Amino acid sequence: MKKTIVGMVLLIVCALFAGGCSKDDASQIKIGLIAELTGDIPAVGASCKNAAEMAVAEVNAAGGIQLGDKKFKIKLIIEDNAGKADQSASAAQKLITQNKVVAIVGPNASRYALPAAEIAESGKVALITPWSTAPKATLNSRTGASKKYVFRACFIDPFQGGVVAKFTLDNLKSRKAAVLYDVASEYNKGIAEIFKAVYEQNGGKIVAFETYTTNDKDFSSQLTKIRQAAPEIIFLPNYYSEVPLQIQQAKRLGITAPFIGADAWGSEELLKLCGSDCEGYYFSTHYAADAAGETTRKFIADYRSRYSTTPDDVAALTYDSFGLLKQALATAGKNDRQAVRDALAGIPRYDGVTGIMQFREGSGDPVKSAVILKIRDGKFTWFANAKP
Amino acid sequence: MAYFFQQLLNALQLGSIYALIALGYTMVYGILTMINFAHGDLFMVGAFFCFLLAVYLKLSFVPTLLLSMLGVACLGVIIERLAYKPLRTAPRVSAIITALGVGLFLENFTLALSPYPKHIPPLLKNVTWTVGELSISSLQVLVIVLSLGLMLILDFVVWRTKAGMAMRAISWDKTIVPLMGVSVNKIISLTFAIGTGLGGAAGVLYSLAYPVIDPYMGIMVGWKAFICAVVGGIGNVRGAMIGGFILGAVEILVAAFFPSTYRDFVAFTLLLVLLILKPYGILGRPQPQKV
Repeated sequence: MKKTIVGMVLLIVCALFAGGCSKDDASQIKIGLIAELTGDIPAVGASCKNAAEMAVAEVNAAGGIQLGDKKFKIKLIIEDNAGKADQSASAAQKLITQNKVVAIVGPNASRYALPAAEIAESGKVALITPWSTAPKATLNSRTGASKKYVFRACFIDPFQGGVVAKFTLDNLKSRKAAVLYDVASEYNKGIAEIFKAVYEQNGGKIVAFETYTTNDKDFSSQLTKIRQAAPEIIFLPNYYSEVPLQIQQAKRLGITAPFIGADAWGSEELLKLCGSDCEGYYFSTHYAADAAGETTRKFIADYRSRYSTTPDDVAALTYDSFGLLKQALATAGKNDRQAVRDALAGIPRYDGVTGIMQFREGSGDPVKSAVILKIRDGKFTWFANAKP
Repeated sequence: MAYFFQQLLNALQLGSIYALIALGYTMVYGILTMINFAHGDLFMVGAFFCFLLAVYLKLSFVPTLLLSMLGVACLGVIIERLAYKPLRTAPRVSAIITALGVGLFLENFTLALSPYPKHIPPLLKNVTWTVGELSISSLQVLVIVLSLGLMLILDFVVWRTKAGMAMRAISWDKTIVPLMGVSVNKIISLTFAIGTGLGGAAGVLYSLAYPVIDPYMGIMVGWKAFICAVVGGIGNVRGAMIGGFILGAVEILVAAFFPSTYRDFVAFTLLLVLLILKPYGILGRPQPQKV
């Protein structure tokens, strides 16, 4: 009996290893994807996975990428980080050591991108995070200099926070603002602090600066405090799954001031969860699906025909991340980690579906514009552009 | 002053939900001396029942509430029969680990069905009354009144009915009570049904008050309700209610008068101090009269 069990276990282990390696032929380029497929922001992970699969399918349908004298197909290896920082790190570890990928795309939220970026940096594998806007993601945690192996497809929060603060002051003519943000999350905290600094520098006053922690559902205490401070506008730099609760509770407490948000609002899920409560509010984000140029329109049409939904910013940025990677692979001309990283770092400018990205020497952060969207008739509509 | 009363109202709403969930922990502990760590997840299942009934069957508030309570109560009884009963004589630690396992199962089962957060449609028209500077929403009143009502009914059942007397007797002495002709299994099932049913009711009320629900929503709320039960004196029904309102008040009022970043830190320090002064909880005694 015991022997049979041991035998079976051995068999299973062998099968697992064999399954993991059997398709491992040399004519494939392996790219890892870490996405938030489950956890608190699954819509982000789903968009990321969809766009990644579409980008890879396009390349493979065209026969693959020309490396030297041979065409290579891309094999996408998808890992779920379950919306957890530790699983993001272990997913990156697994992709690097076990799957031997040539580069990694994702994770998206900054609090997951940070640990994965650390692993990629120490494992010397290029990682592009599509959506993480926190500056720290591409910075070395010890020296504060730029990481060598970490890149992103989006702008960073010092820019975005400034854009929102100036829009709030100049276009919405407010002078008294309140902020409610998740103090336990890298992205929310970073952008809230930048907003505060820029808003106050430019003559505004922050009358309430309130916090909560991830997974809180009751904001009544903080919102009552905000009501007491009588702001003209309330900034909520929080994820799409929490914002509707905050706005609904605020309205129930009799708060009439409008709200404003940032790129973490930009999921179609927000519209579903909000109902009509978010009507008329503005937020900053990476691209506007309704004010797109030629290449972007083609991307949107392809995505729609594949998934019958409009791609959100995460989808567009993931697609651009793969675009960058494709270009880097073609330039590098070989299926090699270091060569791909060097080619990525050498790209000066890339025209993506989310606009023009310009990379400065030695930094993984692109310089690109932001857009301000307005929620009108239950849809995200373009309102303004903000240049860097 | 209006600010203080507004915050007090917020505290009452949060506290009454904590109290409803804490009751489930305390009742099960009272009768089985076991901590049902799956209770927070049963609360989550209650919220998902509410979502299914309200969205797919388009039921109105009262049938949604009753059916959700019934559904969660049945689930609670089934879980007790399948998972806890075989371990009734096993060490308590094994039973607690089983409970944690059941909780994880419920979370991941819901997660496997759909990982997306769900929006609960407004089942009742919400009206906000303004009294002076105070904003009172009809939803707030409903949550508070319904919770208090359910607690009063429970208190009546435990202290004034035969079944309640049997529950209290079992918590005193499990070996003697069957000799008196009481069916222990039936009473344990009943206790589970009532305790988890209240958790289901809390799930519905919670998802009306905070209408975005997800499979992980029960974890933190469950832990906090467990703390309420301990602070009130675990095993004591009235203690759990008091504990719920205390934690609700502490959480809201700390954030109201200190920077909100310190909320959990100050709230839980206060509760620790309270437990140092009263190690068995507010109404608990070393040999307490349970449930």
